[in-house]
Amino acid sequence: MHKLWASTVKEFKLLSRDIGGMAILFLMPLALLVVITIIQDSSFKAVNSIKIPILLVDYDGGNVAQTIIEGLSSSETFQVIKGPSEAKAKEQVFSGDYQLAIVIPSKLSEDLAEKVNDNVEGILSAFGLEEEGEDSLPKEKKEIKAKEVRLYFDPATQGSFKNQVKNGIDKMISKIETQTIYKSFQEQIGDEETPLFETESFISFKEIVPIENEKEIIPNSAQHNVPAWALFAIFFIIVPLSINMVKEKHQGTFVRLRTQPVNYATILGGKTLVYLAVCLIQFALMLLVGIFIFPLIGLPILDVSGRLTLLFIVALFAGLAAIGLGLLIGTIAKTQEQAAPFGATFVVILAALGGVWVPVFIMPKFMQLVSQVSPMNWGLSAFYDVFLRNASIKAIVPEISLLFLFFLLTTLIAIIYNEKKQAV
Amino acid sequence: MIKINNLSKKYKGAEMFSVSSLDLEVEEGEIFGLLGPNGAGKTTLISMLSSLIQPTSGDFTIDSLDFKNNKRKLQQHIGIVPQEYALYPDLTAFENLMYFGSMYNLKGESFKNDIKKQLEILGLANFSNKKIKTFSGGMKRRVNLIASILHKPKVLFLDEPTVGVDVQSKNVIIAHLQALNKQGTTIIYTSHHLNEAETFCTRVAIIDKGIIVAKGTPEALIKNQPEANTLEDVFLALTGNALRDYA
Repeated sequence: MHKLWASTVKEFKLLSRDIGGMAILFLMPLALLVVITIIQDSSFKAVNSIKIPILLVDYDGGNVAQTIIEGLSSSETFQVIKGPSEAKAKEQVFSGDYQLAIVIPSKLSEDLAEKVNDNVEGILSAFGLEEEGEDSLPKEKKEIKAKEVRLYFDPATQGSFKNQVKNGIDKMISKIETQTIYKSFQEQIGDEETPLFETESFISFKEIVPIENEKEIIPNSAQHNVPAWALFAIFFIIVPLSINMVKEKHQGTFVRLRTQPVNYATILGGKTLVYLAVCLIQFALMLLVGIFIFPLIGLPILDVSGRLTLLFIVALFAGLAAIGLGLLIGTIAKTQEQAAPFGATFVVILAALGGVWVPVFIMPKFMQLVSQVSPMNWGLSAFYDVFLRNASIKAIVPEISLLFLFFLLTTLIAIIYNEKKQAV
Repeated sequence: MIKINNLSKKYKGAEMFSVSSLDLEVEEGEIFGLLGPNGAGKTTLISMLSSLIQPTSGDFTIDSLDFKNNKRKLQQHIGIVPQEYALYPDLTAFENLMYFGSMYNLKGESFKNDIKKQLEILGLANFSNKKIKTFSGGMKRRVNLIASILHKPKVLFLDEPTVGVDVQSKNVIIAHLQALNKQGTTIIYTSHHLNEAETFCTRVAIIDKGIIVAKGTPEALIKNQPEANTLEDVFLALTGNALRDYA
């Protein structure tokens, strides 16, 4: 115990004397958290408050085109600009001047109305409900070709935005078609003053959110961002820790320690305690920033009420997992040039696999399987359980157990590797 | 005190043995010099004796104990002064010594007083609270020595303890080692300074290409080598004048 304490004191002194390193350790994660949250929060706001200019070329000039234009204009997303021609609109979009152009074909309104009327007449005729006095001879049916509304996207436009626009326009067109059908029925079998149909949607959806103390729990963007990026920052402890170990090898102090009656686990123990404290302080600072700084810069406040203990339990085990990995990399790496880039890149890979950027459920099946063995996935899942799902300690036991096992496994491999390495 | 029996070491991927079937006995209280050109196997031998690397074959005992079964006990009995400084540049001299002493379970006021005493003997009392990174090469060498003797080892291995230091620092280090030897510490020492070895060592072994080519007291070796007046003459006669560059 005396040796462990001495090792811990030594690590603390070494770390506390590297002022630049300390600043990086504590300030960079905070900067990361604030910047990412501002970007994500503002981009969310931007989608809702800033109108995206789009080109619309109207070759139809009828009521369908008018409905589409009105629908797009009344949405909070788009600012409709009339385009002179399809060719010009295409050129402007493909050169990046606009993100989207919509081309409404000629005679769309006319052909849609005619097509619907034909169909309605056909149905009514099948039910023997033709208008009185109407010529009993069958009308010669005109072939009406299907119409297509053309969309041109800037090649740099992201897939998610494209899908959102496509779905929106698809929904709008479906609604126009439905209303045209209703209108045609109304014209054929009713009078204009007494509506036969209610054209408003019958089915709607409502999101049911968890309720606690008669209050709906709706997580804000801070609660979504802080766990993910806090975890990311915690895992970045791998870099300074592995560099610290490589430095010791180069200073020759590791060689001296190998000749002394102290085991490698004790040396690693000292490092673990100090760097774990760093992780927890980092985490506490990030929570403080979320609680006190976020509201000052226009971000939603981080609500940690009733969750603080569980949050620190998750941070503790996530920190242990990160440190275990750092100890392993530090043991294996021979130079700082090996340790630093590998450590940093590996954290980014773990973050990607863990679902920090892209939710795990939308990953390909194989990556979803790989994600299951990412400690960042376990940590993120535990943080989401606490932050967003209001889980109890029981719910996070599986995740924190995996994180602890990961720490034990990586540390054990580091110790065994060190023993093997001595047998040169 | 030290009995080496048929000890060999061949590194992975190496063509030659660094130490080859070496037999040697060092008596208690001796100052034994291991002399040899670069790449002769001196550091490899000391590294094996201090448990840093494992022999390919053969065995040895120190104070009748072997490393296989008594590693921790033996580590308490031996001290190693490595060629590199092996100190934390951002810790003070006192903090370095406190830490490395703690690894031998040394603690308390008597331990602190011992550190202060050693620093005073080696002329570093006024610098005990200065960081190592501010020290000169000679000062670092002296702290390096203290870090290896705080636990009062029975056997002290020194790998080039005076390399790159000024004459004053060298004299203080040698004087301190002689004092330790008088108190009963057996010293095994490697050096390229043959004049220093001639006056300092009670016995020397000249190693070349992993084998001992001569051993005895410096006086006896000089006497037995025709036309030799110094240990350096003996050394060159036995190992040749060819350069020993290796990579």
